Parts: sequence; C-alpha cells; structure tokens
Amino acid sequence: MANLLKIFTKDSFVLALVSIILGLLLGAVVMLIGGYDPIVAYSALFSRVYGDSYNFGEAIREMTPLILTGLAFAFAARAGLFNIGGEGQFLVGMTAASIVGIKLHGLPAIIHAPLAIIAGAVFGGLWAAIAGYLKAKRGVNEVITCIMMNWIGLYLANLVINQFALMEGENRSVDILPSASISIEWLSQMMGNARVHWGTVIAVLAAVFFYIFMWKTKQGYELRAVGFNQDASRYAGMNVNRNIVKAMFISGVFAGLAGAFEVLGVFHYQSVMAGSPGTGFDGIAVALIGMNNPFGVLLGSVLFGTLTYGSAGMSFSADVPPEIIRVVIGSIIFFIAAQGIVRWVVKPLYSKRKKEKVL
Amino acid sequence: MSWLTLGELIHTTLVFATAIIFASLGGVFSEKSGVTNLGLEGLMVFGAFAAGVGGFYAEQAGLGGTSAAWVGVLSAAVFGILVSLIHAVASITFKADQVISGIVINFLAAGSTLYMVKLLFEGDGDTGRIQGFSEISIPYLVDIPILGKAFFQAYPTTYLAILLVIIGYFTLYKTPFGLRLRSVGEHPGAADTVGIKVNRLRYIGVMISGALAGIGGATITLTTTNMFSHNTVSGQGYIAIAAMIFGKWNPLGAFGAAVFFGFSQAIRNYVQLFAWSQSIPQEIIFMLPYLLTIIVLVAAVGRSRAPAALGQLYDPSKR
Repeated sequence: MANLLKIFTKDSFVLALVSIILGLLLGAVVMLIGGYDPIVAYSALFSRVYGDSYNFGEAIREMTPLILTGLAFAFAARAGLFNIGGEGQFLVGMTAASIVGIKLHGLPAIIHAPLAIIAGAVFGGLWAAIAGYLKAKRGVNEVITCIMMNWIGLYLANLVINQFALMEGENRSVDILPSASISIEWLSQMMGNARVHWGTVIAVLAAVFFYIFMWKTKQGYELRAVGFNQDASRYAGMNVNRNIVKAMFISGVFAGLAGAFEVLGVFHYQSVMAGSPGTGFDGIAVALIGMNNPFGVLLGSVLFGTLTYGSAGMSFSADVPPEIIRVVIGSIIFFIAAQGIVRWVVKPLYSKRKKEKVL
Repeated sequence: MSWLTLGELIHTTLVFATAIIFASLGGVFSEKSGVTNLGLEGLMVFGAFAAGVGGFYAEQAGLGGTSAAWVGVLSAAVFGILVSLIHAVASITFKADQVISGIVINFLAAGSTLYMVKLLFEGDGDTGRIQGFSEISIPYLVDIPILGKAFFQAYPTTYLAILLVIIGYFTLYKTPFGLRLRSVGEHPGAADTVGIKVNRLRYIGVMISGALAGIGGATITLTTTNMFSHNTVSGQGYIAIAAMIFGKWNPLGAFGAAVFFGFSQAIRNYVQLFAWSQSIPQEIIFMLPYLLTIIVLVAAVGRSRAPAALGQLYDPSKR
C-alpha cells in the first residue's frame, strides 16, 4: 500500500487539485460572460449526479467506458506509444462482443457472457496490434495508422451489423441473448433501473492489473524501458519490436473491453453509427487528467463522468448550454499540462506554510 | 468511365482536398519549427466557426456574396492565430507537453464553438445559412475539353491553397526565414548558438499553423456546408495530420497527400455510379480511402522522418 501511494506524490495531487479548481473557475467566468449564474449551474450539475440513486447509477455507467479507454491510452503512453486509435478499438471490440452475444445460442450465462467479453477484448487488442505491428516492422507512424484504423473500424462495425445482425427495419442490431447480458439486475432494480453492470467491477480490476503489470512484473519493466529509451532497451537486449506490439495489444484490450461492456451491460444491442461515438477520444482526456497513472485514470474518469453526465442536468434546470463542460475539462487538462502556471498559483501557499514551520 | 466524368472527378477531388491542403500545410510549419500540432482538428473547428459567424454578420451588414465570404476567411485566419497562441504559450513558454496542449485545443474547440454559437444565435446549434463562395472559372482556359472543367473552374479558395503551397515551399526551403525555422526544429541548441531566437520562431511556426488550419476550416463552411454546426469539420483535422506525416513534412508532399485523400473521398461518390459496385456493400467503399492510405504507407513510403527536435522542449541550460 505504501508503494501504491508513493506514485501519488503529494505534489502531483496538489497540482491536479488546483488544476481542477482553476478549470471550474474558468468555466464559471465563461458562464458569467454568457450571462449565466455559475453557482446555479454547478449546483444543478452536482445535484444531478449525486442527488438520487438512479442518476448516480447512470453516472457510474457513464464513467465505466471512460476508465477503460483512459487505461488504454495511458498503457500505450507508458510504453512510449501514442494510441489515438481507442475509438476504432472500442468499436471493433463492441462488434465482436455483439456478434458473440447474438449468434451463440444455447450457452449457459456463465460461459456465454465471459466469452462475449473475451471476444471484445481480443478483437480490440488485435485491432490495436495492427498499428503496433506496422510500426515495429515497417516503421509506419502509429498516429497515422491509428487515425485510419478508427475510420476503418467504424465502417467495419457498421458492415458487420448490417450484414449479419440487423434488426429488420431498424438502424440497429437485434438484441443480444439474455445469457450474454452482464447487467446487475438486483442492483439495477434498487437504483430505479439505472443500467449498472459488472463491467464497472472489471474496469476497476483492470486498473489494478495495469498497476501490477506495469510496475511489478519483468514484462512491465521492459515496456516502460522501451517507452523511456528504445535504443538503450535494445542495447540491453530487449526485443523492442515485440514490446511495441505487446503494448499496443494490451492497450487495445482495454479499449475493446470498453466497447464490449457498452453492448453487454448497457444497451444490449449495437446501433449502426453515422459517426464515431467519441469514447476513445474522451479516454485520452481522462488519461491526461490522470497523468497516465492507472489510479489517476480512475479518479480522472470519476471527474470526467461527473462533469459530462451532470452537464445535462445543468442544461435542464439552469438552461446553461452543456457544451461549456468541454471547456472546463479542456482547461483542467491545460492546467495539468502547463504545470508552470499552476505552480505559480500555488507558490504563495507553499511559502506561507514553510514560514509557519520555521516559526 | 467517360472522359466527362473524369473531369468531374478531378474537380470533386480538388473540392474535398482544399481544406486538408490548408491544414496540413499549417501543420508542416508548426512541426518544422519543432512543435507537434495535434490541435489541427480544433484549429479547423475554430476557423470553420469564425468563418460561419464572420460570413454571416458580413452578409447581414450588406456585403455582397464573395466579399462577405472573404471576411469569413479573414476572421478564420485571425481566430486561428489567436487560438493557436494557447498552444504556443502552453507548450513553448510554460513547457507543457506539446501533445497534450494540442489535444486541449481540440477539446476547447468542440465545446466552446457550440457554446458561442448558441449564445450568438439564440440557442440554435448552428449559424444561419450563408452564401459563401461560388465557383469561378478562368476565361478561355475553362473551355478546354475535360481539363478545363477539371482545373479551371473551382472555388477561389482552391487556387489560394495551391498558391500557398508553392509560397510555403519556397519560404521553407529558399529563404533565410525558412532555414532558421527548420534549424529550430532540427537542432535548437545549434540554432541558438548562432543567435537565432528559438522560441520566437516556434511561436511564429505555431501561429502560421493556426492561420492556415483556420482557413482550412473556413473553406468547409464557405464552400461545402454553407453553415457552421458541430459536425462541420468532423475529423478532417486528423486527416490533415495524416497528410502531413504521409507527405513527410514537406509542403509539396503534404499537398500530394491531401489531394490523395481528396481523390479517395471523391472516387467513392463515383464508384457508386457503376453497375458492378451495387454488389459491394457501401461500407467497404467508405473504407477505401483509409485502407488505401495504410496500403500505400506500408508498401511505398515506409519510414518517414520527423524533424529531429519535434516535440522536445528547448531548454538553453541543457545545450
């Protein structure tokens, strides 16, 4: 536990906290300029999320895919890779889980649901591994392949649903079989039918796995070494190319799981999409707020999920355009990245405290 | 395919390519100076927004069609520069991670433009419809069979884009300013030693990218959609990043890549005209441009080399 806390240094925690406060303040200023009352808006936001059990459950549902796409970006980033393809991996994972969930009849739930989850994870991982393989073997920049794979993934997902699982006359697939569902029925009933599911538990476990793998195993050490310095790692006898593919695969597994849970736990069907859902890109923001640390990602997704889910309440009861929340999140990331500004803000507080100690 | 449709195909290619040409050229200037710019998408959104609003108010003020559209282009350039300063201040002055501050731009763009549109247009999610540009044709040349329609009847922004690519190329490779800008992106320490102001040049590089990406966004508003809404740009900034990398950070290369993307978008409209294409699911046709890119990258282009100091902070004390 002591080790676990060590990666959350007091300094980085304070910086993140101040960044969040500054972001909320900046959002308040923008609201004032637009002629809105920020206090009314923010209280509407928080009371929507934490006001009743239904909305609380739904907010947790909203946070779950963000945890996983956040972990996906952070994992690749630790290995020195820029996985901007979470979007495509999310969609491919979702589609694989849908197909298994719809097509495999006659399995007991105890086998069917895990099988669908595994399918989502593996296909998400393989989709990402393509970008990793092309980087390792052909030197193709992973940013560009990931961007292309996002689009290909979108159309592939639509193609598969349209060809194999379309519900007649609708722009969506048929429902998955009940045996593939991972909804938590009893909890959902307690929370006014909020769509809570086991995926949330797995997402939190995934963060723990991330931590243990990255900082406690030899393989994780290699990945981080490759992330720090490829040449040095190669000199030390590590297989850099294999590590690149491996890092992308695991990263894609996280994003694929995020997609699988959306179908198996939340919607129970898959829509034919006109454009990307954006969950992969939101995961980048979550990872940045969490400073590419698995437990930071958990906190980042709580913050991100609270703000985005609550923003709808803000527009209902205070009539403030919910888009303002993207500005708040953007500025939080900005302040976390530009730590120079935050340090300058925090500095007076620090020096005062030191003086007290001297006295 | 008849020769006539070939002319139309080239024409459509250029229409689709224009916005990407502007933005990827902008990306080249930023990254040649050593500053990664993943904010191209956001800068395009801000530009598309400014063009929509600027063009709308210019028309309300009674400016005629094309001059109102030029007001739109100008507002997009100015707005793009202003927004790119956020990226510059964070990543150059405050030494933030350049990747992150680029993504911040994308984030701010998505939220704040829609917020502002709702404020300005009383709750609507888009600007009102605007006239924008209409195509101009070059006298006599347009009468050349096939090629005339293809190359000499286009939006003025397309000609501007091609002109700027040529100017951009000469600026980067044939002028002292271009040499300095590139030196700052390759070896800032050495550049500093000979008296080049590293950070100032990087600011200029980022601001040029803001202006160009902003104009890129503006061309979408002013030629294709004729209004600004949340999905006006929808990912073209990311395509521009791809075009920049694909074109090996060279203005001419980026231009070629942008035209390639424009072509693969245009061809998907034309493939559908053929009888045999009925048997192919349209999703596969939609996938084509992106699949082609990967295939071309893997087969022909391979390793592309970024400016050596790309993404690195310049810290004089570590020289």
